[in-house]
Amino acid sequence: MYAFDYQKAGSVSDALAALKAEDAQPISGGQTLIPTLKARLAAPSALIDLSGIAEMKGIEVAGGMVKIGGAVTHQSVADHAGVKAAIPALAQLAAHIGDPAVRHKGTIGGSVANNDPSACYPSACLGLGATIHSSAGDMAADEFFQGMFATALDAGQIVTGVSFPIPEKAAYMKFVQPASRFALVGVFVSKGAGGVRVAVTGASESGVFRWTAAEDALAGNFSPDSVPPAPAADGMIGDIHGSPEYRAHLVAVMTKRAVKAC
Amino acid sequence: MPKDSGIGASIKRREDVRFLTGAGNYTDDINVAGQTYAYFLRSTVAHGKIVSVDTAAASKMPGVLRIFTGADFEAVGGLPCGWQITSRNGEVMKEPRHPILASGKVRHVGDPIAAVVAKSLAEARDAAEAIGVEIEELPAVVDMRAAISGAAPAVHDEAPDNLCYDWGFVEENREAVDAAIKSAHHVTTLELTNNRLVANPMEPRVAIGDFNRASGDSTLYTTSQNPHVIRLLMGAFVLGIPEHKLRVIAPDVGGGFGTKIFHYAEEAFCTFAAKALNKPVKWTADRSEAFITDAHGRDHVTKIELALDKDGKFLAIRTATLANMGAYLSTFAPSVPTWLHGTLMAGTYTTPLIYCNVKAVFTNTVPVDAYRGAGRPEATFQLERVIDKAAREMGIDPVEIRRRNFIPADAFPYQTPVAVAYDTGDYHATMDKLVEIADFAGFEARRAESAKRGKLRGLGLSSYIEACGIAPSNLVGQLGARAGLYESATVRVNAAGGIVVMTGSHSHGQGHETTFPQVIAEMFGCPEANVEIVHGDTGRGPMGMGTYGSRSIAVGGAAMVRAAEKIIAKAKRIASHLMEAAVEDVEFANGVFSVAGTDKKVDFGSVALAAYVPHNYPLESIEPGLEETAFYDPSNFTYPAGAYAAEVEVDPETGAVTLLAFSAADDFGNVINPMIVTGQVHGGIAQGIGQALLESAVYDANGQLLTGSYMDYAMPRADDLPMYAVDHSCQTPCTHNPLGVKGCGEAGAIGSPPALVNAVLDALNAGGIGVEHIDMPLSPSRVWAAIQSAK
Ligand SMILES: Cc1cc2nc3c(=O)[nH]c(=O)nc-3n(C[C@H](O)[C@H](O)[C@H](O)COP(=O)(O)OP(=O)(O)OC[C@H]3O[C@@H](n4cnc5c(N)ncnc54)[C@H](O)[C@@H]3O)c2cc1C
Repeated sequence: MYAFDYQKAGSVSDALAALKAEDAQPISGGQTLIPTLKARLAAPSALIDLSGIAEMKGIEVAGGMVKIGGAVTHQSVADHAGVKAAIPALAQLAAHIGDPAVRHKGTIGGSVANNDPSACYPSACLGLGATIHSSAGDMAADEFFQGMFATALDAGQIVTGVSFPIPEKAAYMKFVQPASRFALVGVFVSKGAGGVRVAVTGASESGVFRWTAAEDALAGNFSPDSVPPAPAADGMIGDIHGSPEYRAHLVAVMTKRAVKAC
Repeated sequence: MPKDSGIGASIKRREDVRFLTGAGNYTDDINVAGQTYAYFLRSTVAHGKIVSVDTAAASKMPGVLRIFTGADFEAVGGLPCGWQITSRNGEVMKEPRHPILASGKVRHVGDPIAAVVAKSLAEARDAAEAIGVEIEELPAVVDMRAAISGAAPAVHDEAPDNLCYDWGFVEENREAVDAAIKSAHHVTTLELTNNRLVANPMEPRVAIGDFNRASGDSTLYTTSQNPHVIRLLMGAFVLGIPEHKLRVIAPDVGGGFGTKIFHYAEEAFCTFAAKALNKPVKWTADRSEAFITDAHGRDHVTKIELALDKDGKFLAIRTATLANMGAYLSTFAPSVPTWLHGTLMAGTYTTPLIYCNVKAVFTNTVPVDAYRGAGRPEATFQLERVIDKAAREMGIDPVEIRRRNFIPADAFPYQTPVAVAYDTGDYHATMDKLVEIADFAGFEARRAESAKRGKLRGLGLSSYIEACGIAPSNLVGQLGARAGLYESATVRVNAAGGIVVMTGSHSHGQGHETTFPQVIAEMFGCPEANVEIVHGDTGRGPMGMGTYGSRSIAVGGAAMVRAAEKIIAKAKRIASHLMEAAVEDVEFANGVFSVAGTDKKVDFGSVALAAYVPHNYPLESIEPGLEETAFYDPSNFTYPAGAYAAEVEVDPETGAVTLLAFSAADDFGNVINPMIVTGQVHGGIAQGIGQALLESAVYDANGQLLTGSYMDYAMPRADDLPMYAVDHSCQTPCTHNPLGVKGCGEAGAIGSPPALVNAVLDALNAGGIGVEHIDMPLSPSRVWAAIQSAK
């Protein structure tokens, strides 16, 4: 690690003010950022800690929506009775992120802002048609995620929360990468007022994406049998854990399983 | 009723109290007054010429005491290799210099170029980043076949073809083996890879060098499995420090698995720099550094051919192996693919003719050396895989084909065609036990149940043997070892009866502090609590060769028994004086000396007291005191053996393998602490499961380690492992050590990988998917790819 200043923000406006300093960076759970700092791969001048901001910590279930504050940990989502009742798939997704230490520190805001191509939450946001609340305003998930590690936010802007419309049914199927246990391929499927949505993480070189061919087929007949054959392997990630072909194949398999689990 | 004390009792591990409550004293817990910190600047390229290393600016940075480069180490020795192999043509192996800090060239990612010593670690690291390094990158060679093709860059000028040695064993059998294979009824051939592994002990390596200006003594604290060996290698071959001026302390060590046997550059560096700077120097590896500096394990590519007659009897075996040495020869690297591997190719079978060829290859990768099992897992894997394939090809049941070829129980001692002679064994007995505990009889019903759920169920087995309790010194000396492999122990009975055993066996998870006292308690008739074990400090014990090759109880325990026998013999003489009886009439049982046929008795404590307060004592014929040392050199290896089975379910849609059950029936001879032995088997199997299903160190073509962290290197976790059925009730005691024990530390890692791979292949083939082999690790993507190519 390189030396940096540290400031625990008390409010969103405090945080935004502090983030104006050159090379200042927000930190939430630190589960992604701390390892990066330890490897000296980042050298922020100051870390602005968002984890204590009260207005980013609540979970509300009301008006057909589940609203989760940006600083809410994965464990809090997994344990929340309201989330479990409204969108069990979301609670289960949170319950299977990393290990207990990761879940008790890592936050939804950090995960969504980081937009790791193998992270779980981005698929839930896209698969449920969530709204991302940020210091730059509210954005539809479809606009927010812009490819691997890229989002609509600029430096100095923060995710303050996420609102998920409560679907009729939903399921998340995660096929883990054997070492990291992030998603080698994860598929979030939902059926609700906004129709059928199928969002895929882990697979594509362009990050989380909606598999529209499956959405169209499932809109007609919501059954595992209507899931189309695997999408093209072109543009899928290939690494030591799986070829593009394997990932493409898993997209179809996990989609079927998610539909079945709905 | 099970015993609650002495040999055979499942006493809980006394060391666990400190380990589990955070009171362990690991090397990194040690901080010496005035300590400074070393940081190594390491090569980020796999192969390159060092054009220049400019330390001028960095040396002036805050806190920096000195920056060392390769030039500082030209006058001292390189890291020595402890085993010399002779090639088929009579030439000795190529043994290029392994400098403490790279000089002239870097040869793998992680090779140290310079080392900064500073007042704090952060300052050392900052300065390291300011060192100006110019490296002219050279093409790297990673693949072994390419390395020896004649068209590859040379890792060392001394070995232009990257060949370290070309070993044949048994060379005199070669033509007979060729002829037998040519004329055999059936020959099964298999090409396979034994995947490269990173040992990953929980505690990374640490070294602290300390120099005492007043006495001129050096002390090294280090994470080692064998501090005496480090003292010998570093003192005599690298730094030229005589043993009486060098103390090596390896306190609590958080796992070794082989990779902490070896003498590493950082140990020599910290010892050297402490003297040069007259300040203690500490280095602690982080996990990323461990991945690119701890010696890796395995990494063999083998072609094996098994010749059989029409009844499935094994006639001959021929193997050709490429063994990766990495960029330099690590301490015992040359012995692993040769004498620890070729000598095991008979397995538990009567195969009369065996020939192995092993070519050891230099590549631009981290050095490869012994890892739990070392050579024996590689031997067992190829053998048990080719046997399974032969069984399938010939339509013989896999249990049956093994039984037809087992060395029968009445054939011991059994001379194999590959030099070693097994003292005892009963392979049918362990197979019978396995068939029972793994419920082979109920398997087809379970398979049918899986099929209903769309899953392919498979059962795989292996029968392993290993040679451990390493090793008879005169034998290994003939085979090229540059060290003796005895063990020593001192047993000190104090005046008030408390007993201290100083052993050269190092405990880093094995539980010696619990099991060694059990042996003494049995012999002296005292509670275990009276016995303290001291190890891991060259300043406190006699010579020691350390812990590896499952040698602690078989060799170190035997030395302790011999020392304890001397104590009993002397105590009998003292007792005979106290009881005024002839020494021949003195009996010793349950801690009491008595005279047969009389009511005369004296307890052990009174004898000890008399030895140290020798008022009524025959000083003219017996020295006072009660302390004895013994050195024990075994006359043979010990040969634990057993049969293992894995039961798996394969998801044909994804290729995912779920391990449902794992059973192990081992013969370890006599067992001192059954619970600890079970734990050793559990741990070994976990590592075998890791190798078979998850772990793999992968380099890209440029020599970059793609699996340099846990994000890509898959370690087994608790939920990857099923409950195990482990049995060691089949016992054919070793005939040549005083306890009748065989080693148990490596068995689990040796026997399990082939059982797992055989199980997956059984699942696929029985499910109508014809796949002959899949290389480890059997990750979902590989299994899926194999299924696709079979379609
Ligand atoms: C061992 C391990 C296993 C894991 N497994 C999984 C898994 O299976 N699935 C999965 O999805 N994730 C996994 N993760 C990642 C985990 O969920 C992280 O917690 C998450 O990705 C980042 O959240 P954080 O709160 O820790 O963010 P931090 O590490 O604090 O920050 C991450 C990045 O986001 C920025 N940032 C943080 N908060 C905000 C905010 N509110 N607004 C804008 N920018 C912000 C930071 O500046 C930084 O660049 C794993 C992590 C680890 C260490």
